[in-house]
Amino acid sequence: MFRTVADLIAITENENISISEAMIRQEIDIHDKPREEIIKQMDQNLSVMEKAVEDGLKGVQSQSGLVGGDALLLQRYIKKGNSLSGELVLDAVSKAVATNEVNAAMGVICATPTAGSAGCVPGALFAVKERLNPTRQQMVNFLFTSGAFGFVVANNAFISGAAGGCQAEVGSAAAMASAAVVEMAGGTPKQSAEAFAITLKNMLGLVCDPVAGLVEVPCVKRNAAGASNAIVSADMALAGITSKIPCDEVIGAMYRVGRQMPSALRETAEGGLAATPTGRALAAKIHGNNVVKE
Amino acid sequence: MKYKSVFDIIGPVMVGPSSSHTAGAARIGRAARNLFGKEPTWAEIIFYGSFAKTYQGHGTDVAIVAGILDFDTANENIRHSIEIATEKGIKLLFSEEDVAVDHPNTVRIKMGNETESIELVGISIGGGKVEITELNGFDLHLSGNHPAILIMHNDRFGAIASVTQILAKHEINIGRMEVSRKDIGKEALMVIELDQNIERSIENELAAAKHILHISKIVD
Repeated sequence: MFRTVADLIAITENENISISEAMIRQEIDIHDKPREEIIKQMDQNLSVMEKAVEDGLKGVQSQSGLVGGDALLLQRYIKKGNSLSGELVLDAVSKAVATNEVNAAMGVICATPTAGSAGCVPGALFAVKERLNPTRQQMVNFLFTSGAFGFVVANNAFISGAAGGCQAEVGSAAAMASAAVVEMAGGTPKQSAEAFAITLKNMLGLVCDPVAGLVEVPCVKRNAAGASNAIVSADMALAGITSKIPCDEVIGAMYRVGRQMPSALRETAEGGLAATPTGRALAAKIHGNNVVKE
Repeated sequence: MKYKSVFDIIGPVMVGPSSSHTAGAARIGRAARNLFGKEPTWAEIIFYGSFAKTYQGHGTDVAIVAGILDFDTANENIRHSIEIATEKGIKLLFSEEDVAVDHPNTVRIKMGNETESIELVGISIGGGKVEITELNGFDLHLSGNHPAILIMHNDRFGAIASVTQILAKHEINIGRMEVSRKDIGKEALMVIELDQNIERSIENELAAAKHILHISKIVD
């Protein structure tokens, strides 16, 4: 059983297997379930993600009216062909936003690793899919590779905004996605770890400051940033760039930063954007005056 | 290690918007329902920490009630749970307490009917994963994600052995076990996490064993 990214990479090198395969084997070992059952369950999760993106791209609105429709705007913009950051990155952004818009509208999503950060992994996956034309099994493997890294973060640090800020949620999700993009693009397990480290480093310190306590502002756009960050870091790792700080130490840094974060910046809607004049005004309008306290 | 499966990370499939504040809350509510063993006629729900600050925005209140109604995390009726409970005549009371808690996402649920009640504390630790940390005044660490039996018993020698012998006889494997008591020789609580749900006949056999007072369970 692996506890660290270093353990995980050692397993893949010693046994000459991919990260997704190492994750699948561990799941078989620990839970004593047949391989087919584990693959099938992940395949079902993949289908939930596909459906959420599909729904989101049709345009949905949250009950508060704060978010919705941006995924659709992006898709229309991409089709005009004049985008600056490129079709693949914007496609990932749009699909991440679509997922989180469905989440905010209380639709059905698959948490990866959380609901508030559920857009990064499918956003990156379904955008890269258009370029790499993976098989269904390779798409399922993308989720196992993401899961392997998330598993290490969850057991050594945290994955919830209330415990460690947005860096623990969207930071982890984006980093998980970038590691999986590398594997799907044919990179080595070590390059996956580099991509993970680069992405998480760039998300360190991100606070969880939801306006009115809703998983809407800024959460939906943070997933957009997470998905684009994932793809850019994957490209950097595939280009041969390495992280000077090893992956496990970056996770350790994320943990320490989260521990030092005051409670106002950990999903209490008391700090950051939630505490801006506009953030407070929106909260008062949505809930009446009694939820967000000074 | 708190997280044991890849599906703790890629999952659960759930109704939004928050895995900790919605899905986790639904799982705590459902664990309470499981432990009570039937639909209650009243429930009192007290939020602490981040739950207290943001429960309305995240639908934590509707999610807890959905769990009490035995809905799972992907049930699209979660958002209507309070109306559904009210129609069924279940009395609900929500409140917030501003006291220091060990975990930011903490909720206390008291529920019951005319004759019996339970009280538990649950925490939602992230990604939909939860722990029950207190039941009727006993400290415990129950994930709620595995089948488990919770056995109230008298703190006497042989009480634990009588339970484990019955489980061994039926070839049921114990995944994790803990015992806590309020005082020497008084009431104690045994929590046993299992790999499978147990049959009614085994439950009856356990209930009839020496020094056993009451059994409740969490089914998968």
